[in-house]
Amino acid sequence: MLTQYDKRVLNAIQGALPIAERPFAVLAKQLETTEEELLTDLKRLSDDGYIRRFGAFFDSNALGFHGSLVAVKVKEDSMQEVADAINRYNGVTHNYEREGEYNLWFTLQVQSEDERDNVLKKISELPGVLDLMNLPSEKTYKVRVRFNMD
Amino acid sequence: MIDSIDKKIIRVLQKGIPMTAEPFGVMAKECGISTTEFLNRLNDLKECGVLRRMGAVLQHRHAGYKANALCVWQVPEDQLDEAGKTISAENAVSHCYTRTTTPEWPYNFYTMIHAHTRQQCEEIAERIERENHFSGRRLFYSVKEWKKASMKYFAE
Repeated sequence: MLTQYDKRVLNAIQGALPIAERPFAVLAKQLETTEEELLTDLKRLSDDGYIRRFGAFFDSNALGFHGSLVAVKVKEDSMQEVADAINRYNGVTHNYEREGEYNLWFTLQVQSEDERDNVLKKISELPGVLDLMNLPSEKTYKVRVRFNMD
Repeated sequence: MIDSIDKKIIRVLQKGIPMTAEPFGVMAKECGISTTEFLNRLNDLKECGVLRRMGAVLQHRHAGYKANALCVWQVPEDQLDEAGKTISAENAVSHCYTRTTTPEWPYNFYTMIHAHTRQQCEEIAERIERENHFSGRRLFYSVKEWKKASMKYFAE
């Protein structure tokens, strides 16, 4: 079970990891603990599966990438094969089976229209794919996965 | 613009930030530059908007957020920006975008809603709809996660 303190830690580390030589020492100070203890706690929380990883988040547009959400209608008995084939693309970051007529939704990041057309053509030709809808993003208002632990 | 050292930094960052006392020092070494240069470049990447932030990614199902829905609406063009701003402030909404429509798919406003239960997702969507004077929400609940990864930019 998570203690109150664990929840405070999980909330704090989802925010900004400071750009500093010892970033965890800065966070530890905010949490009124020591760097050493915080690192021990982080190790425990990731071993227990609460923390997926520590990472950096980039603005894909600023790096010259374009994002799409793609909705696919897949024959139920081909789902596994289609999902696996889609997952093999490096530009596919999220792929979720959802309830509804379009039952597989994935996000695709590409550097050019040509690349996108090429990938989507190949996916649309996979056995079991009945229909595919490309929904490019226009404006991004928010991309931030943050969970309040309370 | 970003140069080859920046790309190296981005590649190293994408492997994950080690949970050690001096993570940037470790990564600087891997890039073959000094810690000071690494930190300076991080500040520059932050400044120019390439680096949005650094931090932990939680295992959200593990953290109790078991229900997630893609919720879409048809919103008039002139209301998009205001709605985007208001709805982005919602804690339960992780992603908020506008997207191109097609004749068969007229939805232009997209949100990802996370909650502990489907009932809560439904309530949040209903409230968002009411507060923003939307109508006709459509929720698509996830039943299986086939892939969730971070984008590997400049993979070699």
